[in-house]
Amino acid sequence: MTPAEIQTVVIGALTRIAPEVPPASIQPGVPLREQFDLDSVDFLNFMVALHERLGIEVPEADYAQVATVDRAVAYLAAKLAARAAAASGGTTMVGTERGR
Amino acid sequence: MHEFRMPMLGADMEAGTLVEWLKHPGDAVKRGDIIAVVDTQKGAIEVEVFEDGVVDREIVPVGTEVPVGTVLATIRRPDEPASAPVAASRVARVVRAVPAARRRAAELGIDVSMVTGTGPGGAVTRDDVERAASTAGPAPAAPAASAAPATPRPAAASGMRAAIGAAMSRGKREIPHYYLTTTIDLDAAMRWLRARNENAQITGRLLPIALFIKAVATSIAMFPDMNGFWIDGALQPGPGVHVGCAIALRGGGLVAPAVHDADRKDLTTIMRAVLDLTARARAGSLKSSELADPTITVTSLGDEGADSAFGIITPPQVALVGFGRIVEQPRAVSGAVVVRPVVTATLAADHRASDGHRGGLFLAAIERRLQQPEVL
Repeated sequence: MTPAEIQTVVIGALTRIAPEVPPASIQPGVPLREQFDLDSVDFLNFMVALHERLGIEVPEADYAQVATVDRAVAYLAAKLAARAAAASGGTTMVGTERGR
Repeated sequence: MHEFRMPMLGADMEAGTLVEWLKHPGDAVKRGDIIAVVDTQKGAIEVEVFEDGVVDREIVPVGTEVPVGTVLATIRRPDEPASAPVAASRVARVVRAVPAARRRAAELGIDVSMVTGTGPGGAVTRDDVERAASTAGPAPAAPAASAAPATPRPAAASGMRAAIGAAMSRGKREIPHYYLTTTIDLDAAMRWLRARNENAQITGRLLPIALFIKAVATSIAMFPDMNGFWIDGALQPGPGVHVGCAIALRGGGLVAPAVHDADRKDLTTIMRAVLDLTARARAGSLKSSELADPTITVTSLGDEGADSAFGIITPPQVALVGFGRIVEQPRAVSGAVVVRPVVTATLAADHRASDGHRGGLFLAAIERRLQQPEVL
């Protein structure tokens, strides 16, 4: 996924838990909780929505790394890339073994 | 033949507008089925039916605002003959909109029923309204395509403010409140929560609110005088332990839908219910039973809030437990001063139903339960 696609997913997840927020008004560098008065319940709903769409679980210890749209996109891009690398690495190894 | 009436969704509701019929004459319905959507000052509410049967006649046409108690439809037993249908004009199409979207649409003079919704369940969001406004240009004055009431309705926010004002005025006027507070050590609870969340999948992750609701709900068994309704000069015990969970709406306003039978649900189920209710409160799609059923209310100010919450009881309920922000404080434990996470719990209770001594014991029971999160 490109960063732009990930950003679309992040904003989609955000507007699902905060339907009153106009997506165009989202400032990608400003902490979401500050910007939209999200409480801890909203934030957990946001994490669940991201997990549903991307299959990535953000541990509580990493919440600071997804505090803004920009940071969330960077964090998720890195996790998706790591997952893709692990998956293709695994496939290659299987392929190599078969080759032998 | 049963009469299906405009429900009273809270002490503050006087009237509602029928937005949509989800069941039609001839359809079989079971208790708990959603039969209609009603627009209230608290947003669109899905209304459930309380009897099994077959929808006989729809009496009130879509788009009509009627007082609480008005017969909306009749439900017959399966063996009863059908009545002659009434010529109800079904004109308006499904309109589900978040409260902020309705408000914005009213400001812009846009008919929400003409806007394509992209929100949850096809709900019209504020952004949809903005987009419709920018592409449509100025809206024609009063489209009046539906059988909507001729009198303009107040914008959603001011309507909800008025509804909250009416309920809270009644609460303050009629209920002789007494207040008690206790500061609860959450050291064990927070440690347990952190450890559990580290190992849990995201869908099993818990927030302190789940522990608070469960602690209140399980303590109530010994305190029936805190759970129920004060009606006609007597306490009517609640039919279960349905904990109203106060949710602040960011556009302004407040709803407190019920977590049903919270004393019998495990923490994960309670947490899921709170997440779901919060999301649906924001999207404007709560169910009638959720708004009408609470037997006690819990309000939690969350981690950005104040230290304590002295709430006003929602009549006809008889108690409300408020939890402030969790803060770290110096605390004396076994003769030494240590820093501990603590929360201030406040009980607001109805002096007609109970006395301060009982209230104190109730808070102490909640405190005790929060010391053993693993058995909650």
